[in-house]
Amino acid sequence: MSLNYTKKVLNHFLHPKNIGEISKPDGQSEVGNPVCGDMLKFSIKVKDGKIQNIKFLSFGCASNIATASMLTEKVKGLTIEKAKTYDWNKIVKDLDGLPKQKIHCSILAVEGLKKAIENYEGKRIDTAPKVKK
Amino acid sequence: MKIYLDNAATTKVDPRVLKAMSWYNLNEYGNASSLHFMGDASHQAIQEATKQIAKILNCDPKGLIFTSGATEANNLIIKGLMRASSKKHLIVSEIEHPSILSPAKELEKEGFSVSYAPISPSGHINIKALEKLITKNTALISIMAVNNEIGTVQNIKKIAALAHKHGAYFHTDAVQAIPYQKLNILRDNIDFLSLSAHKFHGPKGMGLAYINPSAKIAPQQTGGGQAHNLRAGTYNTPGIVGMAEALRIAYKERDQHLAHTKELQALLLKGISQIPGTTLNGSLTHRNSNNLNIIFNQVEGEAILLDLSEKGICVSTGSACSAKSLRVSHVLKALQIDKNQLNSSIRFSLSKFTTKGEIQQTIKALKQTIKRLRSFTALT
Repeated sequence: MSLNYTKKVLNHFLHPKNIGEISKPDGQSEVGNPVCGDMLKFSIKVKDGKIQNIKFLSFGCASNIATASMLTEKVKGLTIEKAKTYDWNKIVKDLDGLPKQKIHCSILAVEGLKKAIENYEGKRIDTAPKVKK
Repeated sequence: MKIYLDNAATTKVDPRVLKAMSWYNLNEYGNASSLHFMGDASHQAIQEATKQIAKILNCDPKGLIFTSGATEANNLIIKGLMRASSKKHLIVSEIEHPSILSPAKELEKEGFSVSYAPISPSGHINIKALEKLITKNTALISIMAVNNEIGTVQNIKKIAALAHKHGAYFHTDAVQAIPYQKLNILRDNIDFLSLSAHKFHGPKGMGLAYINPSAKIAPQQTGGGQAHNLRAGTYNTPGIVGMAEALRIAYKERDQHLAHTKELQALLLKGISQIPGTTLNGSLTHRNSNNLNIIFNQVEGEAILLDLSEKGICVSTGSACSAKSLRVSHVLKALQIDKNQLNSSIRFSLSKFTTKGEIQQTIKALKQTIKRLRSFTALT
């Protein structure tokens, strides 16, 4: 049984982009897959409504690493609104496909991004001056 | 670079085995059931190989049934015995190979009851707990001789005696035992035993089931009545000859083979222990000298496997990600490993063909791989 990864997946696995953690991030998240035990952590820096920087950490298989790496490359520079609509199908396509049993990795990566954005937006609301009724 | 450290999955065929087989592929290729002289030559070769195997394993040659491998042998023994038995209870260990566990599940659906004997954290059967599972209705206890993932060796002699004390039969899947353990069917009172030739430098698609000739077994494959009506199908003469030759070589050269793998196992373990955050799965005592199964904290098994594979090194993992089912290895789970470490194990399995240089290169590559993957791990 071969793992059947595409060249792009292998390349992102062997040379992942945007690895690490942003210090003093504007938003961060930690997501895990309860079935296989994989984990991803994202941190984002937002400026002028755009994702200025995004980094990730992974505990997972090649596909977990590659999908997160591809996602960070694609959403860096996007507006928050645009990033929110980023779809896991797009990661699969951009990686020239994923083995069927690895599709969930791309879903986990998108979930991680969404949670990091939610965390950013939640913080913004928390720190915004309270409006008097 | 090509370094093969996955010998518990399969091994390289010994050239002497291939040579022995080749004669029965190219010259004496007659069907052993045919009545002419070519059929007879093939028949004689099988008789000779059977005698040879029976001598090495110390068993009644009449009990040797040749199969396509251990999966078939396990299916034949487990299902064949239970379906023919008036007693409806089966005991297997929780760390058996899927070719035992899956037939057991099939039998459960048919109405048989199955109990699963637990193992201790060292990877060995808890004999007291096993004894508690035995009932008057227990027909068979099946415990593997050596575990395929963690290489731990079970005391099959003791378990066989326990089974007989309670009037049950004993089967052992001995696939990983050759030549690391000495098998002695009659001395140890083993009723049933399964082997697979490709695990000891023999051909793939060839195995055997030893079946106590006095036990009643329902055949699982019927046809032309071969193998005393227990397993129909044309005799695989080259395969049988090849398996006998592989077995002969394995035990003839056992001492060197064991010394060699023991030295390499120690060398590899020493190298791995220089990497922080590593743990050996199962104990080192009562363990095959060709096996190491290691947890590498904070990194996932499939990622390690693939990174090593890209460097030309073949190993295996029990991580959930590596399985189509996305389920972690049942053996590692049975060891009660910490949840965060369950998916971080790598199995290294050596053979007589593994060299010292290969182990040194593996240690070097492994250090790079673990360092790289840990540099961006999400686990603290």
